Amino acid sequence: MKLAYFAWVRERIGIAEEEVSPPAEVTTVADLLLWLKGRGETFDAALQAPEIIRVAIDHEHVDHAEPIAGAREIAIFPPMTGG
Amino acid sequence: MPAPDAASRTIAPIITVSAARIDADAVTAALSGSGTVGALVTFTGYCRDEGGRLKALELEHYPGMAEKQIAKIVQDAARRWPILGAAAIHRHGLIMPGEEIVFVACTSAHRGAAFAAASFLMDFMKTSAPFWKREHLVDGTVGGWVEAKDTDEAAADRWHRL
Repeated sequence: MKLAYFAWVRERIGIAEEEVSPPAEVTTVADLLLWLKGRGETFDAALQAPEIIRVAIDHEHVDHAEPIAGAREIAIFPPMTGG
Repeated sequence: MPAPDAASRTIAPIITVSAARIDADAVTAALSGSGTVGALVTFTGYCRDEGGRLKALELEHYPGMAEKQIAKIVQDAARRWPILGAAAIHRHGLIMPGEEIVFVACTSAHRGAAFAAASFLMDFMKTSAPFWKREHLVDGTVGGWVEAKDTDEAAADRWHRL
C-alpha cells in the first residue's frame, strides 16, 4: 500500500510518500502507526504522540480502530489548520 | 414554492483548490441574480502579518482529498439547511499578508439558512479539510507549523449538538 505524509509528519519522516508492506499482524490504523514508529529515529520523532495523528484511507478520514485491509493509499498527518 | 426536502435537493457547488487569487466578485455573480435567491452570505479569510512578523503563510494541502472533503462538507451543509447554491474556495502555496486564503458563499431564499450554512462551512474547512499552515518570517527564516486551535475544534463540534 502507498503511504503519504503531510506537514510536520512529512518533515520529520523526511519523505512525502512510500510503498510499504506491513506484516500480517498489522491490521488497524493504530497497529500501522505503532509499526511505523518502530522503523527508525525519523518515524519515532514523527509519531511520538500517535493519539494526535490524523489518518485518511483512500481520501476519507478514519479513526485509529479502522482496519487497513484493502487500502490503496493511507495518509498520515497532523491536525488540520486550513481556513 | 415550498422548500424542497433535503433528501431530494442537490446543489451544484463551486469548489476550487488552487494557488490562484480568488475572484470573489465573479463567484458571487455566478451564485446570485437568479430570482430565486433572496440571500447571499459570503466569508473571506485573509492572511494577517501578525504585527509585522510574518512575510507569508505557506499552505500545504493533500491534492485529491482536499477537493473531496470540501465537497462532502458542502453536501452536509445542503442536507442541514435549504441552501440554493454554495461556493468553497481554498488556496494553497505561498500567501502574502493581505491576500485571501479562503472564501465561502451560500445562497438561500431567506437569510437564516445562508448565514448558518456559511458558518458551518468555515468551521469544517478549518478542522476537517486537509490543509496545513506554516509561517515564513520577515527575517527570512521558515517558522513553525501553525498549531490546531481547541477553539476551532469547539466551533466545529457545536454543530453536532444542534
